[in-house]
Amino acid sequence: MLAVRVIPCLDVAGGRVVKGTRFVDLVDEGDPPELAERYAREGADEIVFLDISAAPEGRATLRDIVERTARRAFVPLTVGGGVRTPSEMRDVLRAGADKVSLNTAAVADPDLVRRCARRFGSQAVVVAIDARRTVMSPGRPAAWEVVVKGGRETTGLDAVGWAERAVELGAGELLVTSIDRDGTQSGYDTALLRAIADRVPVPVVASGGAAGPADFVAAVLEGGASAVLAASIFHRRQHSIAAVKAVMAAAGIPVRPVPETAA
Amino acid sequence: MTRIAVVDYGAGNLVSIDQALRVAGADVVIVRAEPDLDGADGLIVPGVGAARPAMDRLRRRALVEPIRRWIADDRPFLGICLGMQLLFDGSDEDGARTLGILPGRTIRLTGAPRLPHIGWNAVRRRRPHPLFAGVEADAPFYFVHSYAPLPAGPDVADVALAVTDHGSDFVSAVAHGRLAGVQFHPERSGRDGLRLLANFASLAGRAA
Repeated sequence: MLAVRVIPCLDVAGGRVVKGTRFVDLVDEGDPPELAERYAREGADEIVFLDISAAPEGRATLRDIVERTARRAFVPLTVGGGVRTPSEMRDVLRAGADKVSLNTAAVADPDLVRRCARRFGSQAVVVAIDARRTVMSPGRPAAWEVVVKGGRETTGLDAVGWAERAVELGAGELLVTSIDRDGTQSGYDTALLRAIADRVPVPVVASGGAAGPADFVAAVLEGGASAVLAASIFHRRQHSIAAVKAVMAAAGIPVRPVPETAA
Repeated sequence: MTRIAVVDYGAGNLVSIDQALRVAGADVVIVRAEPDLDGADGLIVPGVGAARPAMDRLRRRALVEPIRRWIADDRPFLGICLGMQLLFDGSDEDGARTLGILPGRTIRLTGAPRLPHIGWNAVRRRRPHPLFAGVEADAPFYFVHSYAPLPAGPDVADVALAVTDHGSDFVSAVAHGRLAGVQFHPERSGRDGLRLLANFASLAGRAA
């Protein structure tokens, strides 16, 4: 049976892993390949690099990071941030990434998703959706709007509608981040995850708000997520991947056992 | 030193396979044309994506016949993901005719709760095989695909080496003589994946 993936996310800027409430108060956390290898050893099922600088000169740096990581951490690698064309995607894949995540560029140019999927296959194309709640009145159905540029810009797009369209265009996976919850450690927005997971046939990765193992369980059982992503709770060593997986397994969720040497 | 040739036909990254084989102590040569095969003890065809463009690229590089000959001579061969699917007659994904070395077709996974099938899943061997030496029974490997081969013909029970369940069982590893293929990605499957690639290198070294 397919295991639910536990994915540490490494925010990268200027060649280093940084942390902070998204995009502000950045603190240097170390060398990306070194951290990625540590997580792989500790049982991470996949690693996500998110280039939050996404400046043109940062792309060569990012490719270098991806290649150095692929040479020492033998787990799947997804890279997001700054890819705007199929040829940029090709460069990141050739450096050693398995999947590329498209966010702002896909909203600006939805056909980019189709072009990338046709060229590299749907399995390599992740569409990342940052969503913010727009309807919060009791008794009315919830709704979410797509935001871009790290939540600084609204788009007017309905998040569930965009999710369906992205999959029609060829996205093989959706990385769904609740901007309301991101960095708050108040739990994933499971209603958002469920609204999208029920409408698309591809895997949905939960992101934004994880505080502890119970949130991962809720993302899967209530939200219907196929994978759970978190950053700060792993970076700050509040919870180990092994501890998170143990709680998930106890809740009846299939997980890949953490290698014994990782204990 | 055992030399493993890895075919580069523009279908996916080679960084991890290259490095995994080096960690296993093998010498790696990237194959872009037939002469690159000289002196190799084992051949790996990796790859992700669709079959038709992959076959086109193999043809453009004049690698189809050398691959056929390699396998016909029963030399050590490993197909990974698309590189295994290409061994069969054709693919339902885009209707492409593929190498036709093993009877059967590449079909879309049936009964799957979600596709693509992305993540770690148990590979259940039906018989022992040296490729999996030292790997625990039912150990999980990393998959990312929506299609898998459906072997046919009189040797089918023999060819299907392992199965994996995603809605229903599909064939996740095949073997026939010195030919093997895996639907998962050993180069992304941590310690067990490295062991599998090391086993392949060691089989190739012994056959040399």
